Amino acid sequence: MGQPKRILVACGTAIATSTVVARAIEEALSDRGIQVITRQCKATEVPSLVQGMDLVVTTTPVPANLGVPVIQTLAFLTGIGKEAVIEQIIKALVPSDHPV
Amino acid sequence: MTQTLSDFLVPEAVDLGVDAEDAGDVIRRIGGKLLSAGYVRDTFIEAVLERENTIPTGLPLSGKHNAAIPHTDVEHVIRPGIGMATLLRPVVFKNMVSPEETVEVQLVFVLALEQPKSQIEMLQEVAQVLQRPDIVAALMEARDLEQVHAALQSSVAEKS
Repeated sequence: MGQPKRILVACGTAIATSTVVARAIEEALSDRGIQVITRQCKATEVPSLVQGMDLVVTTTPVPANLGVPVIQTLAFLTGIGKEAVIEQIIKALVPSDHPV
Repeated sequence: MTQTLSDFLVPEAVDLGVDAEDAGDVIRRIGGKLLSAGYVRDTFIEAVLERENTIPTGLPLSGKHNAAIPHTDVEHVIRPGIGMATLLRPVVFKNMVSPEETVEVQLVFVLALEQPKSQIEMLQEVAQVLQRPDIVAALMEARDLEQVHAALQSSVAEKS
């Protein structure tokens, strides 16, 4: 597989929800054999930190047109739609990676 | 596994069956108790209110009741802890992921966080509680602190 994928995890304060979401993403993807490196930040910091990231996952609105896919979701906090979001994340990271 | 959420729950800042006017009322009430109990600085309440206005914490859940997790930057916190309120009637919080939408909330956790990474387990437990409508319902029905802890026990006991 190549380098681990880099995910920028954003929330309002960068202390509460992004902590939970980052850990949940790491575990869910590692369960599926996908290595990721997450970095947490505040939503306001996203534009300045998005360079070199493969994906942004955020619990709060961020600017559009960052040049990187953005998934805005509460699924890792509330559990609602969690499986679907995990699939969305995988598709965004490894779009053509299907077992043959 | 330690019962981290129960450990962090500040007994003096748990208010059950509150008849609150609005989100600000709840935040002031529970924030005030965290202040009196020595967990937060006197700047905490205003900081939480301000944060809630721009970066809201309303969370629509899968069951009958929705929640909110107001909090603010670590500089306003002295010691980490969680205050909790269950409300007799819902109050409006704005939706965290879509702030133009509102959420009718009856369960509020006010988080006094000192350092995110050292409280990760506590935060994960808060998320786990939010993902269990049965635990949320049990918290809503709790009439005393003992029943609150009993409801939270089930979020820990079922981790394997």
